[in-house]
Order: sequence, then structure tokens, then C-alpha cells
Amino acid sequence: MIHTAHHVRSVLLVAQDGCVAPRFDMALEAMLATEVEGMKQSLILPQSSAEELCHLIMKESVQEVVCGGIEDEFFQYLTWKKVRVLDNVIGPVDWALERWKAGKLQAGDIFRQESVASPEE
Amino acid sequence: MSTKNHDPQVHGLFSSPVAFQHLFDEIPHGVFLVDRQRRIVAVNSAFEALTGFSREQVRGIFCAHVVRNTICQQHCPVLPNSGEGVGECPAGNIISSDRKKIPVRINLAPIYDLSGECQGYLETIEDLRASEIWDWERIHTEKFSHLIGSCSEMQRIFQIIPMIGQTDSSVLITGETGTGKDLIAEAIHLASDRAKGPFIKVNCGALPETLLESELFGHQKGAFTGATESKPGRFRLAHNGTLFLTEIGDLPLNLQTKLLSFLDDKVVYPLGGSKGVKVNVRVVAATLRNLEQMVHLGVFRSDLLFRLNVVRLHLPPLREREGDIRLLLDQFLRTIAVQFKKHITGYSEDALRELLSFPYPGNVRELRNIVEYAVNICQGAKIQLNQLPQYVLESKTPPPPPSVREEVMPHVPTASTEKLEMTWKSMEKKMILDALAQAKGKRNRAAEILGWGRSTLWRKMKEFGLDV
Repeated sequence: MIHTAHHVRSVLLVAQDGCVAPRFDMALEAMLATEVEGMKQSLILPQSSAEELCHLIMKESVQEVVCGGIEDEFFQYLTWKKVRVLDNVIGPVDWALERWKAGKLQAGDIFRQESVASPEE
Repeated sequence: MSTKNHDPQVHGLFSSPVAFQHLFDEIPHGVFLVDRQRRIVAVNSAFEALTGFSREQVRGIFCAHVVRNTICQQHCPVLPNSGEGVGECPAGNIISSDRKKIPVRINLAPIYDLSGECQGYLETIEDLRASEIWDWERIHTEKFSHLIGSCSEMQRIFQIIPMIGQTDSSVLITGETGTGKDLIAEAIHLASDRAKGPFIKVNCGALPETLLESELFGHQKGAFTGATESKPGRFRLAHNGTLFLTEIGDLPLNLQTKLLSFLDDKVVYPLGGSKGVKVNVRVVAATLRNLEQMVHLGVFRSDLLFRLNVVRLHLPPLREREGDIRLLLDQFLRTIAVQFKKHITGYSEDALRELLSFPYPGNVRELRNIVEYAVNICQGAKIQLNQLPQYVLESKTPPPPPSVREEVMPHVPTASTEKLEMTWKSMEKKMILDALAQAKGKRNRAAEILGWGRSTLWRKMKEFGLDV
């Protein structure tokens, strides 16, 4: 579990093949990071499940979540639990993390560069 | 087709070039074009509306990150060995930018250049939401797979359940005992927008009148002796859900009035409370009694019947459901055999003949009990005739017509019951007089002879006017 002081922001990014996972409910990777230390932990999930991810987010007490598409039910739940959800983010995880650390990442941000390659290539 | 500043044109089809995007936007389904690297080249208006992304946002983006279809996340249909292959129409769901999960069916077609080389793909996304509302087969499988019946009457009922679910009208379900009134009530709840709310069932015949009133409408603390705490009542518990009143024919008259008042203004007045509580509850009622006949006899309020009778479903008895007995026999055998860990594959010919000819006065519930009994007894692979309950083998008489069946009629005092009561009262009086005579007027002794307490004897004597 990430132990952070209240003023240090922490985030969970759902990932897939180095990019922000297009779907929260189908993600099999998650990255935990803090504003100060950057990437802390990379987790491989045993199965894709939005419920399990919500449970992990609660357990790790992260304050923000970065993902692609998320169903409203889970968005509302996390918001209710005071977790800020930055959804509809499209781009590489590293780009999203750096942007988040700089406090610039917003919901709906899309990485604009020709290097957004398909994962299978 | 030529492009100029993202304003592609189509040449050669008409006398002058036409705008490609305008043509593309006229297609009513979401359509998009991707290049060989599966980066989005063009999308139409329907695609924008479906996904919530604008064409400027998504141009050049890897399609799976925008469309977010389950199919793309599992196996991209474009890739070789994907299992689906180009040209097939797999169904999945997408998540739009406004966080809606939308069921879709996709269709993929490769685009070849003049030399026959694949340059990209055209993908169509069909929104299945509208068609799924009426996709009875799918809804039936997901929500009502426990409802079994192939006869036309039951099929009609199964088909109208989703429609009844979409309305908020009161429903009255009638039918003999064991015909599945409870299951249908729950199915209506599940098919409605209230499915996520509670489904509360109250048996109006199971509780005494005073208790039933408090159970249904709740009470305030101190409303009556023993009311140490306030109770919300079933109506309030069913808020935003469905209240199922089974055996509505057994509801006492004064509670019928209170229920009628609730159906009028949707306000519940708890016992002992001065304020009403507004609740949002749909009422589904069921009964095996003939409510019209009860209205005629004056034991059921006609205005309540009219209120409840907005949507009426009558479940046919099993003997009238052609072909369903065999279906239910097989279904129950399968489930009960698995439950009891027995390897029973079917019925012997004579056992089946007997079961198919049995009238089943207790309907589906009775049929299930018979199968359960037989599965318990059966030691082999098939249920034999002698493994059926004895009453099944002995019963050869057809069921009486509903008009003369006693159980469908309400309990109302008749001349014969009054006569019986009178007889019992006079007999009791005679017993007391005999005992007193035997005890030579000593009441203690008379009470002993009768096996009663002194106070009981005193009360009875007073009742019969013997206390002189």
C-alpha cells in the first residue's frame, strides 16, 4: 500500500501495452504512482474487472485515476468515494503520467503525435 | 477520391466531384475508415454521435482507443488468426465518451487500391440498443429463464411481460394455486425500470388484520401497546420498487379502503402517525379467488378491483397448457436430479403416460413435488411407475370445474356455517349444564370435569346466560 502524506497526490493509471487502457473494465495492468516519487508499482491483474479495480483503488487510497473509457456506474462510485477520475485519456502511459505529475492532465486529453502506434506493430 | 485539407472528394461517380464527408454523413450507422495501421482516417456524423468523439479529435488515433469495443480489446478483427475475421459481424459493446455502455454489432470490410493491395478498412458500427429493447429471446434468457412454458397462452404472457414492465400501472395476476403468480410478479418487477429497487412481497392472508395493517403501512412508536419502536411498513420499504400483494382476496375490508386510498394518492399513513409519507411504489397483486364474485358478495370493494385491474394477467391451469406438462417434467427432472446428485435420465413409458394424464389440481407446484418425490425414491436411471406417489396412481377423476371449486371462493358466513356454529354452541351449553349437574352445582368441580379453568367456565356461563 502506498503511504502518502495528505498533500502528496497519488494516482492509479490503468494500462494496456504501454498506453492508457481504452477500457477501465477490461484493463489487466495498473500503475501506481505519486506526485513526488513517480512510478511506484506496476501491477498485473489476475483478471479484468471494474469491481476489482475499484476495490484496489480504495485499498491503495489513491486520489486520482487515469483511464480511457469508464462506465458511468463506476465513475459515479469513484467520484462518490472522492476519487478524481480523469477519463477519456488517450495516449502512452509515460506521457499521461508526466502530464499528471505536472498537474496538466485533464479528462479527455489525447496524445497528438504520429508515434501513437498500434500495440501489435 | 481526392483530398484537400481534410475535405476529400469523390470523383468519377457523378458529372462533377462530390464532397465525400457529406456523402459519408448521410449513412445512418456509425462508419469510419482506418488505414493499414488502423489509425482513423475519417468518421461520419453517426459515429461522432455514438462515441461522443469529434472527427477532429480522433483523426490519426489508433481505432481501438477511440471505439473501445470489447471485440477490439479481445482480438482485433483485422489481425490474422483473430478468430472473427473480416466480413463477420461480431456483437460487443462500446463505452462512449459520456460513459454509456452501448451494445453494438460491427462489420468490417477491407479497402483495396486499383492494384488490389489493401489500403485500409471500412468499419460499420450498428447501435443495438433499439433492437435489444424488443429482443425478447435475449431478455428471456437473461432474466426469465426460470419461466417455462411453450403453450401459446404462456408465450403470450412471456412476451407482454417486458411491455407491462415498462408501464407503471397496477397489475392483477389471477390463476389457480401453483400456476406461478409469484414468478410472474417478480418477472414484471425485473422487466421494469424499478428492477434495481426492492421487490417486497406481502401475503395478505398470512397475518391477522391488526398485524397486517402495521406490517403494510407501518406504525409510530407508542401507537399501540407493544409498539416500542417505529416501524416503516412494507410500503415504505418498497420505495422505488414493487410491492407484491399476494392473496389480495384475503385482505380485510378496512385495509382494502386504506389500500384504495394509497393507490389514489400514493401516500402512506402509518398507524398512530399524523403525517402521511409519500412513496413511489408500484403495486402488483395476485389472487386465486374470483374477485368479481367477491365484489358481488360484498366482501371485496369494487372500486379497489377497478384500481387493481388496470393490467390483468390470467395464468392458465397446467391442465390447459398443452405440451407444457412434458416440458416441465423434463426440466424439473434435470434440475432436481442435479440437486440430489442422481443420474436419472428420464421416465419409463408407463410412468410418463401416468404423469401426462394426471390432472395436477395443484398445478406446477404439485408437478414439481411429484417429480421431487420420484427422484428421491428412484434408484435407477429411469423413474418407474411404482416410484410415483400413490395418489397419482389412484387419481383417475378429472378436476372439478372452477365454478364449484371451494378454494376459489372467499370465506363468507353462510347459512350452513351459521347452523354449524349454532349446533356447536348449543352442544357446549349442554356440556356445561351436564357438568354442573354432575358436580351438584359446584363450579370448581364442574370446571374440573370439563377440563377448563374456573375463569373459562365463568366466561362461558356468562356467554350462554347461565350465570344466575
